[in-house]
Amino acid sequence: MREMIISELTQAMQELTKGFAHILPRIIVLVIIGFVGWVVAYFLKVFLRSILRLIKFDKLSENAGASQLLTKAALPSATELLSRFAFWMAWVGFILLGVSVLGILGLQEQIAKFFLFLPRLFVALCTMFVGLLGASFFSRAALLAAVNANLPSPRLLSVSIRTIIIIFVLSMVFEEVGVAEQTMLVAFGIAFGALMLGLAIAFGMGGRDLAQRFLERRFVRGKKEENEDELSPL
Amino acid sequence: MADESFLTDDFLRQLINVGEVDILVGVPTHNNAKTVGAIVETIQAGILKFFPRERAAIINADGGSRDGTPELVVSAAIDDAQRSSRLYTLRTLHSISTQYASSPARGTALRTILAAAELLRAKACVVISPESTQITTDWLTTLLRPIYKEEFDLVLPTYSRHRFDGILLTNLLYPMTRALYGLEIREPYALEFAFSGRLGSQFLAQNAWHDETARAGSETQFTLTAIAGGYRICQSFLGTKEHVERRSADLVPAMRQTVGALFSSLEPNFSLWNTRTGSQPIPTTGSEREFNLEPLRVNRKRLREMFSTGVAELESVFQAILYPSTLAELQRIARLEEVRFRYSAELWVKTVYEFAAAYHRSVISRDHVIQALAPLFRGRVFTFLVENRNGSAADVEGNIEGLCLEFERMKPYLLEIWNGRE
Repeated sequence: MREMIISELTQAMQELTKGFAHILPRIIVLVIIGFVGWVVAYFLKVFLRSILRLIKFDKLSENAGASQLLTKAALPSATELLSRFAFWMAWVGFILLGVSVLGILGLQEQIAKFFLFLPRLFVALCTMFVGLLGASFFSRAALLAAVNANLPSPRLLSVSIRTIIIIFVLSMVFEEVGVAEQTMLVAFGIAFGALMLGLAIAFGMGGRDLAQRFLERRFVRGKKEENEDELSPL
Repeated sequence: MADESFLTDDFLRQLINVGEVDILVGVPTHNNAKTVGAIVETIQAGILKFFPRERAAIINADGGSRDGTPELVVSAAIDDAQRSSRLYTLRTLHSISTQYASSPARGTALRTILAAAELLRAKACVVISPESTQITTDWLTTLLRPIYKEEFDLVLPTYSRHRFDGILLTNLLYPMTRALYGLEIREPYALEFAFSGRLGSQFLAQNAWHDETARAGSETQFTLTAIAGGYRICQSFLGTKEHVERRSADLVPAMRQTVGALFSSLEPNFSLWNTRTGSQPIPTTGSEREFNLEPLRVNRKRLREMFSTGVAELESVFQAILYPSTLAELQRIARLEEVRFRYSAELWVKTVYEFAAAYHRSVISRDHVIQALAPLFRGRVFTFLVENRNGSAADVEGNIEGLCLEFERMKPYLLEIWNGRE
């Protein structure tokens, strides 16, 4: 009986040692990959930060209106945020690569999914940034054009354009990352349709005179515009 | 040698047939059938009268006219001019027309004329606007003689104008060009001007023709290139420039052509203008400027309203361009009643310099910077109209001179804010 217990214990110890000896090199590999990953991610962060500073990315972000959002959310500058994002993405990627070496069942599939998701996340972030930049540019262009043409409510026009573009961009972003695709599509359709219908009704009901004046000014020739400056700038 | 690939084969063939010329007259057109015939006849008569021994060509660069303008230019027979003036040329006078595009673009028209001048090795060239119905034969000699006989490189015009015409020139372009580059050029943006072949060739090779901003402001850029290159520049008095009624929508394109070109010239020429102080007159034939004091109906109320609306609605844009103290001052005057409203010369100069620095630093899209200046300019125009409502020609001239001196006095301010304050 005693011998049997000792034998079982010895076998268990041997298996444990064998298992440990089997996993230890993998853990060491995980640590090494993690360390190398950290170094690579750190240099990537520094490199990306320098590039972004060189191309004055913060200025672009400011123009796009993204900086204001970041400040309100007490987040660092766009350059810093993007550099840190790249750092964590790279490091987490390396760590996951190391974890896959451990050979834990089921985990490898999830890791593969994560790596497949990364390009989509990157595209979504780029879409959002370019979208915000576009929304800011076009709303400002509309505002300036409306002010210089002396149109009524220029700021309303500008905000409407900005809102439409942002809604459109957000629906694209959500579709890209695959979050509530159908819901977002339907919500966008409803919001956009409602906006257009609202504008059409508002213009039809309240802007009849404006539309008439506009069409007269545009197409009835020979009728001198009352509001002319009558000054030649050049 | 410049790139001539944008010229059509047919146009090149016609130029080759002409050979070389001494004088080239460029006429950029677009739907000018009403006026162009008479203008070309006057040009022909001018050449017969003053340059009968020189080889000459009239080049019409047309932007897709649909009213038969090019046909009128080509068919304007030299015989008619000879009969009416009883003068005869000893050389052949060529008239060539080419369509550079299906829609008008002044920059491309000028480029076409410059390329033709270079290919024909013209010694002296003159550009005449097809809207200048007041043209006389004397214009040809007034503009060309300094180039042809006195070795000047650029001859710019001066006119007798209504005191409120060319208001962008008198309130911004002339004073700022004068303060920065140190030359008292009254019309830095001219539709009639003459130039030497070498200046034309340099501008043709140097200008960024593929850039929309550079093309739009090519006339202003031309003058600035001559200044920056140290070319010999003079002015010649051409007489009366007719008052042309404009719509308020014309202001922004006019600002792009002139102010945009001036602002964009500051960056490459920084080393030239940052050391210059004061200003020097340039050689001028005839009067520097005369003013017509006839009354003119101007909607001043609307100008002030557009200024106030602009200041209120564009606050977010101005926050990116102007310094807080300047913006606060503008907001203060925007709230004043019409009788008390005054956009002082000092505040106007400060505003313009801050816009120039913002343009340099590209705080927002550069075209948006130019557009944002338009409502503020209307406020300045309002003050200029009020200040000179009952003024004599001397008073108006004094007012403009005062503004010029203010631009010169505040030049250090532009240098201080050029790269942004710490």
